[in-house]
Amino acid sequence: MKSEKFSIKKSIKPFKDKKGTLITILQHVQKEYGYLSKETISTIADELSKSENEIYGVATFYSQFKFNKPGKHQVKVCLGTACHVRGGHELMETVERQLVIKHGEKTKDSQFSLERVACMGCCALAPVMVVDKEIYGKTTSTKVKQILNKYKNNGGR
Amino acid sequence: MNLNKRQTFASEKWKKLQTKKGIIIYVGAASCGRAAGCDAVTEAIRKYLKENNLKADILEVGCIGLCCFEPIVYIQKDEIPPICYANLSPKIIPKLLEDIFKKGDLRRDLALGVIGEKAHGSIPIIYEHPMMKSQVRIVLRNCGIIDPNDIDHYIAKDGYAGINKALRMKPEEVIEIVKKSGIKGRGGAGFPTALKWELCRNAKGEPKYIVCNADEGDPGAFMNRSLLEGDPHAVLEGMLIAAYAIGAPHGYIYIREEYPLAIERLKIAIQQMHDYSLLGEKIMDTNFSFDIEIKEGAGAFVCGEETALLASLMGQRGMPRTRPPFPATSGVWGKPTVINNVETLGTIATIIREGWKWYSGFGAKTAKGTKTFSLVGKIKRTGLIEVPLGTKIKDIVYDVGGGILNDKKFKAVQTGGPSGGCIPASKIDLRIDYESLTSVGAIMGSGGLIVMDEETCMVDIAHYFLTFTQEESCGKCTPCRIGTKRMLEMLEKIKKGDGEESDLELLEDLAPTIKNASLCGLGQTAPNPVLTTLRYFKNEYEAHIKNKRCPALVCKDLIAFNIDAKKCIGCGLCKKNCPVEAISGATKKAHVIDLDKCIKCSICYQICPVEGKAVFKTSGGSK
Ligand SMILES: Cc1cc2nc3c(=O)[nH]c(=O)nc-3n(C[C@H](O)[C@H](O)[C@H](O)COP(=O)(O)O)c2cc1C
Ligand code: FES
Repeated sequence: MKSEKFSIKKSIKPFKDKKGTLITILQHVQKEYGYLSKETISTIADELSKSENEIYGVATFYSQFKFNKPGKHQVKVCLGTACHVRGGHELMETVERQLVIKHGEKTKDSQFSLERVACMGCCALAPVMVVDKEIYGKTTSTKVKQILNKYKNNGGR
Repeated sequence: MNLNKRQTFASEKWKKLQTKKGIIIYVGAASCGRAAGCDAVTEAIRKYLKENNLKADILEVGCIGLCCFEPIVYIQKDEIPPICYANLSPKIIPKLLEDIFKKGDLRRDLALGVIGEKAHGSIPIIYEHPMMKSQVRIVLRNCGIIDPNDIDHYIAKDGYAGINKALRMKPEEVIEIVKKSGIKGRGGAGFPTALKWELCRNAKGEPKYIVCNADEGDPGAFMNRSLLEGDPHAVLEGMLIAAYAIGAPHGYIYIREEYPLAIERLKIAIQQMHDYSLLGEKIMDTNFSFDIEIKEGAGAFVCGEETALLASLMGQRGMPRTRPPFPATSGVWGKPTVINNVETLGTIATIIREGWKWYSGFGAKTAKGTKTFSLVGKIKRTGLIEVPLGTKIKDIVYDVGGGILNDKKFKAVQTGGPSGGCIPASKIDLRIDYESLTSVGAIMGSGGLIVMDEETCMVDIAHYFLTFTQEESCGKCTPCRIGTKRMLEMLEKIKKGDGEESDLELLEDLAPTIKNASLCGLGQTAPNPVLTTLRYFKNEYEAHIKNKRCPALVCKDLIAFNIDAKKCIGCGLCKKNCPVEAISGATKKAHVIDLDKCIKCSICYQICPVEGKAVFKTSGGSK
């Protein structure tokens, strides 16, 4: 924990004395640890001389911030309008069935977490799903298994 | 920086690229290209080149807008200009390259056109392609043409000539040109850009700020992403000009975190501007100084609204506030601030360079210039397009878009995202400008055009948008927070077949209250998708309520899947892919679906290989 505290302090330092940088700080810390744990929030609060409530107040407003550790692979299914009219919801249901979780959840083995997003900006290739940083366009339900398998066996790319 | 010298250098660099001996390969590597698999195609190209001992320059360019044809690659060799090849896959690459490089066969069958000014043999220029022909590319002129990571390419295409010209004028003169050009904000509301600048310039308080709104939260729209990925300098030059015009020494780009590639390209572009002294102190040897900071959004739709954006930019919860005061008088840190959309800013440099007369020569009487649209949904040719304002919906859907996917019946087009409305097929001759869209209950919005066909249920669409707004409502004001929730509950009921006729009246009753009493644009426009679908597609609502029938065969609670025994060839594909083993049948014999087991996942319907499909859906006892 000590070293974590240290590195959080380090990532905060460049922003500490600038106005209006709380969101940027939270983004940096989340990038590093994958989510914002209770301990991290408390360290950030100490560093910025703010209350934890203040930090949570801002962080919970934004869907980017996670307060639980996500799975090793983060699967996102787009439910934007273009994806919706081309079967995005069916795609989501297929992914949910195959991972045996609902969106917002994590598989028991912590390999996958599943989220929905509202548009990845690849609407022309709808429906779209994303695993980690890889975007998959024109993902019909029948392709899901193949895509997920890539990450199941070798731990992903 | 001495622009003339830079221009000479950049033009030569660009010319050299065009006339260079050997092979040059340009890959359409925007986010959409990547989603379509351009990386695998590039890998296959590299492999082929290596195996055949061929040397080539491989360049990444942005998206030219022909997204439905991705992955796209342009191949240039010696005297042959770059030719755009479409729908590539790693599998086709060896044969394609073999044909081009070894056999001298330019594969007309895979070529979309020449990226350049002249046709090559029987291959026309790309702008002759049916998807391109009726477009006018002003904002998108460089997208997919230049390397977005090379500032010299932008300069070779007259980049930074606009700011160069502007700095030789008084700020007021710059504003005057923008005013005469007639350009209105492209972010949604359509407020005259020059007026906003003027208000801010004349407002008391220093320093002033310029903010580029790159939040693009409208689901189904990606114009801003494409522009930032394909030609970031165009937007940055627009920011410089705006900053000079209003007297702002500092600018922010507020960009959504879902666009990592755009963020990366912006960072590179900003660094290059510093290297060329286009940012910082004494820009172009004048007294004008300016710098830009990127702020990443954190995934809240409402933060596209200007006052919410300001709160988020300052590190707070992204809650909107009442206006006035408008940001032009009280914005970032309470100082006068101009907030402009990516596309608005991306147009400015061209207006200054080419003059207002030239720009206002495009478009309609009350809406000057061009507008980019993301053409998506149930349409054959999806992609990013730019047309003069005043273009008919029909021309966009049929000429540019090539008509409806699978030749189904055109039902509606949705504009303006969650704030917009569905325009029915009967209004196909409507010209797209601010007033006419408002007159039919929709709005221009930022440029999402989502095409819907007979298989799109309008109740489902209304339900979809209300789910979105209800979730994205920040909760500050009651009409929006609770009103959208009540509307959504009613739509849910109707979708399930539990709706009552009085629900329609209630929906119509509730809508104006939400519209009039909500604090910000999100709530004020949230009922629009419901109102327009009720106005033009009431019969669909009534079918759900009275006949418990979903005419488009979408709403799950009201449909069933069946197999037509006469059409079924007994291939077993559906049986194999059914996730709940609801399908039975012997090979080469007609299959049947056990309706008690069926979860209506639609996989059998999608996968059925029979022409005209043996799997069919029914609702309320009829097909
Ligand atoms: C809920 C809501 C979301 C919005 N989202 C965006 C957006 O993503 N991008 C944008 O440029 N404008 C958005 N706007 C409009 C902005 O408030 C503002 O009008 C615009 O950025 C001004 O730029 P322009 O004058 O160049 O159009 C949104 C407005 C509302 C009410
Ligand atoms: S709607 Fe799915 S990527 Fe835009």
